[in-house]
Amino acid sequence: MTMLLEGLLVLIVLTNLLMLGSSRLGVYIRAGALQGVGLAFLFFTGEGGWPEVSITVLALVTMVVKGGVFPMLLFRTIRQAGVRREVEPYVGFTASLLIGVAAWGFASWVGGRLPLPGVIRSDLLVPTAMFTIFTGLFLIVARRNAITQVLGYLVLENGVFTFGVALETSTSFLVEMGILLDIFVGVFVMVITLFQINREIEEIHMDSSKLSALKD
Amino acid sequence: MVTVNFAGLVPIALALVMAPLLQGVINRTKAFFAGRQGAPVWQPYFDLARLLGKGAVYSRTTTWVFVAGPVVGLASILAALTLMPLGGVGAFLAFSGDLVLMLYLLGLMRFVTVLAALDTGSSFEGMGASREVTFAALAEPPVFLTLAILAQKTGALSLSGILAGIGPTLWVTAGPMLALLTTALFLVFLAENARIPVDDPTTHLELTMIHEVMVLDHSGPDFAMILYGASLKLWLLGSLVVGLILPAGLPWFVAWPAAVGALILLAILTGVVESTMARLRMHKVPQFLIGALIMTLLALVLGAR
Amino acid sequence: MSHAVLIAAAILLPLVGGLLGRLVGFHSGLARLTAAAGGVLGGLAGLGLGGDILWNGGQAIVNWPWFATGYGLTLAVDPLSAFFLLPVSVLTALAAVYGVAYLGHSHGGSSGAGHGAIDPANVGLFAGLLQTGMVLVLLVQDALGFLFSWELMSIAAFFVIALDDGQAENRSAAWTYLVATHIGSAFLILFFLFLGHRAGGLTFTDLARVTLSGQAQALLFVAALCGFGAKAGFVPLHVWLPDAHPAAPSHISAVMSGVMIKTGIYGLLRALTFLGAPPAWWGWVLVIIGFTSGILGMVFALAQRDLKRLLAYSSVENIGIVTLGMGIGLFGVATGQTTMGVLGLAGSLLHVLNHAMFKGVLFLGAGALVQGTGTRDLDHLGGLSRRMPGAAGSFLVGAVAICGLPPLNGFVSEFLIYLAAFHGLLGGQGFALLPSFLVIAGLALIGGLAAACFTNVYGIAFLGEPRTRAAGEVGASPGLMTLGMSGLALACVLLAIALPVVLPGLAPVLAPLLPIDGPTLLLELLRAGAPLRGVLALGALLLLLVGFLAFVRGRLLAGREVGETPTWDCGYAAPTARMSYTGSSFTQPLNDLFEPVRTGTVERPALVGLFPAPGRMATHPGDSFVGHLFTPLFTGAETLFQRLRWVQSGRLQVYVLYIAVTLLVLLGWNLW
Repeated sequence: MTMLLEGLLVLIVLTNLLMLGSSRLGVYIRAGALQGVGLAFLFFTGEGGWPEVSITVLALVTMVVKGGVFPMLLFRTIRQAGVRREVEPYVGFTASLLIGVAAWGFASWVGGRLPLPGVIRSDLLVPTAMFTIFTGLFLIVARRNAITQVLGYLVLENGVFTFGVALETSTSFLVEMGILLDIFVGVFVMVITLFQINREIEEIHMDSSKLSALKD
Repeated sequence: MVTVNFAGLVPIALALVMAPLLQGVINRTKAFFAGRQGAPVWQPYFDLARLLGKGAVYSRTTTWVFVAGPVVGLASILAALTLMPLGGVGAFLAFSGDLVLMLYLLGLMRFVTVLAALDTGSSFEGMGASREVTFAALAEPPVFLTLAILAQKTGALSLSGILAGIGPTLWVTAGPMLALLTTALFLVFLAENARIPVDDPTTHLELTMIHEVMVLDHSGPDFAMILYGASLKLWLLGSLVVGLILPAGLPWFVAWPAAVGALILLAILTGVVESTMARLRMHKVPQFLIGALIMTLLALVLGAR
Repeated sequence: MSHAVLIAAAILLPLVGGLLGRLVGFHSGLARLTAAAGGVLGGLAGLGLGGDILWNGGQAIVNWPWFATGYGLTLAVDPLSAFFLLPVSVLTALAAVYGVAYLGHSHGGSSGAGHGAIDPANVGLFAGLLQTGMVLVLLVQDALGFLFSWELMSIAAFFVIALDDGQAENRSAAWTYLVATHIGSAFLILFFLFLGHRAGGLTFTDLARVTLSGQAQALLFVAALCGFGAKAGFVPLHVWLPDAHPAAPSHISAVMSGVMIKTGIYGLLRALTFLGAPPAWWGWVLVIIGFTSGILGMVFALAQRDLKRLLAYSSVENIGIVTLGMGIGLFGVATGQTTMGVLGLAGSLLHVLNHAMFKGVLFLGAGALVQGTGTRDLDHLGGLSRRMPGAAGSFLVGAVAICGLPPLNGFVSEFLIYLAAFHGLLGGQGFALLPSFLVIAGLALIGGLAAACFTNVYGIAFLGEPRTRAAGEVGASPGLMTLGMSGLALACVLLAIALPVVLPGLAPVLAPLLPIDGPTLLLELLRAGAPLRGVLALGALLLLLVGFLAFVRGRLLAGREVGETPTWDCGYAAPTARMSYTGSSFTQPLNDLFEPVRTGTVERPALVGLFPAPGRMATHPGDSFVGHLFTPLFTGAETLFQRLRWVQSGRLQVYVLYIAVTLLVLLGWNLW
């Protein structure tokens, strides 16, 4: 089971790095979807066989929403709103990757020192969670395209989600569902808003640096 | 302590005889994907035989460096072969740090090939040489780091020791790390052997080549030495990749056939990659190699826990 | 011959030769010969002395009373000085031989980058002084004498750099050097005063006996690092180096780059023998300095078109490799991993020796190119290996060696440093592994970049077609120059064979740096050196294979048709040499990749319309440390000090007042 768990965590780390290093929006969305599915599988890596029903439901919902609904929504927005397929970075891709590796090293260092309640199943869980959060933040800060902002929030939430899996407290089910719902609504609202804005003002072209022109 | 293992002469002999076969297998795979009949897998041998039987033509610009390039290049790769174990059976020669020597012998091969290319004074060959040194410089750190991580994990300092220490136990305890390292090595394997997505060995436009364009002016026996050296390099680096996957400690009559089989599978995999991918744009290649470096760094953090 | 005589000869002969040469300066040939004779004889004496001490063990001590002052200058050759004496002696002697012909030729005529305006007698004088200074630095055994010799050496180098003062860039290089070296000296004075104060004496034996608190140890280490680092050229203290080395005549550049900067390494090692057991962070600091110096040195070198500047940056890189070895060695010593410590320090020392040889060859070769073609610009050379076969052959040996490729000597020392790092992987845990990984990754990247850099230099300068008329009309170098170059190239080959065998001979040199006793150290060296026999064996195998394959090729081609054509030109009928790939194009992909850390400037023509007017593009490789660190620092300091200008009124009365006030204040302070 540890083997599967660690494999999944490495997969999550790799999807993060893929998002940091890629220039195509499509790759971002697919990597995000893959990450979501990987997260859902984390629930099935616990000791003692099949998890209880509530957790199974949570896992299935996560898988469907993150692996299916979100990518579909995002792709639809891109297609209908005619968003450019390049992600338009403020920080170059190679530099982003190197920053990513540094963040991963930092997360591993911090992860070993963080006092957390309970038993953590793998000492890779906390670093991965932190690294995913860092990646989400970095994507929001360092990319210009508005779709990547949405994806950044998604990745950020994935990180929080991984933390939840790591801590595995009894209340996590409700909390997770709540967060999932929040994010779902968030993504929905953002996608629709972006779509509408784009239809109203042609020349904005989904450039978040120009969204500030819409203030007041 | 330098260990001499006479059983290690067998892998050398295997490499000398079978190396061009890998090339043939790759071409055959690509032909299959393209829906063609394709040349027989022995075609590289026929090519070598034909070239060895020819005379040679030299550019008036060239000096002795041009002639020395293929000779020294083939000699270095042959010397490097003595250090490479196959299928977990020790190499002919093994000592602490021999992996450094092996990789630097490959460096020497590259050095003389590049100088021979520049000796012609042609822009095309200068261009190829420039790309070769650029990508090689970026490919060095991932390979060295990979071997360093493996040395740390297995507690051995020679190639034979390291590859003998990688087995099912290590795959169970550090599977993700080993998978990352294998992938990184495979990426470098593609880059170093001038395969797609870094370089296209079948392209016919000088401007887009890397390795092929460096050897445009070589002919006859010189060119045969270059081709043979290239296939030996494919075999050598392939053995390294295969060595990470195959379990060590098998008896020789299983290990060697298994290793040769794995190498052929690797060649088929290379052919599949070549058939399903396009060559990257030149300025994307550094990112490809940095990707390999990133994987090793990731593995480093995983392994150092 | 007694040691006292040899010591006197090694120190005084170069100086006497230089002075005599200056006296007969009216006759150029005589002056050059006299000065060179002093240098060569001094070098031979130094070689004999160093070799004798290393071979037979023990040490030689003489005491020169300093007339009527009661201060005696103690000179001693212990194994550490003897080891550094070897490269200094060999390189200065061969450079002196080379210099006879080099100065003679350029004195006659060529303009531009050739050193036409220099009086050879002056070069001889200051070269002699530089050699004397360096030998004194190595032999002196007390702090005061050390600082004096250090200053002598630095000033001599300043004069050599400033000799060709007709050109503004040389004057500025000389001033930069002077400022850099004096900032370094300031730290050294602090270092020795503080240490001497603690020790209660200034001789090295006093200093070595002192016991220091952790804090004092740390302060002293940092002072030594800054002081000696400025001379050695650690990044970011390297900025004087690429200006200064091209300004000097090439054979002096070879001496400066090959051995003068190594006195910084010698000083640091000497300082380490005073400071007691090293804590682990010294290893960390040195590894990080070595890593940055090595990689950045090569990154800057790749962008250069000026051959001598390129070689100067490559010296920064090699000092980086030396420092990596030292750092990993100290880390091993600090963490109790003896094998790692021994291997790292041994590799570092051997790299000092090796680098002196191959950098010597390369600078002398560069001198031959400069003298023949009148330019240092790589992109104006080409095809020289046909016209200067001697220089080309030696240069190729140097280029292979400096890339650390087997089977030459550069590989041996880099291999030992690699091996030290690999041994570190076996003994450490967690963060203690990181220095080893840094060293391995750093050396790997440096190796790849160095291969790019030196295939560029050799391929562009010596191979292909000449790119200019001057490059096409060069003749072979004079015999003495070829002798100097091939001597050093031969040394590279011999060292590759000898070093694996004589490695245990380093035991007495390393002994003061390691906390283990003699027999254990010898055993460690014997054991750690064993893999070098494998390296040697493969080197021999490589040569055999080359011979065999060349023979086979010869047999195959015998009796067959061997034709000659122009190079394949893709069907284009009228290629000219100007179309062939230049060094700038060759290194462009790597330069682009490292642009963010290098910061050069590019002037691009504005292309407008369908038929734009002819344009010109120029690239100026920059050094990010000059532009982003030192220029702002020094301009800031200047504006700050401008505010104090009023102190300097220029009136005599005011200055007398200053003196009077100072005296009164001091008097009052003393009587308090």
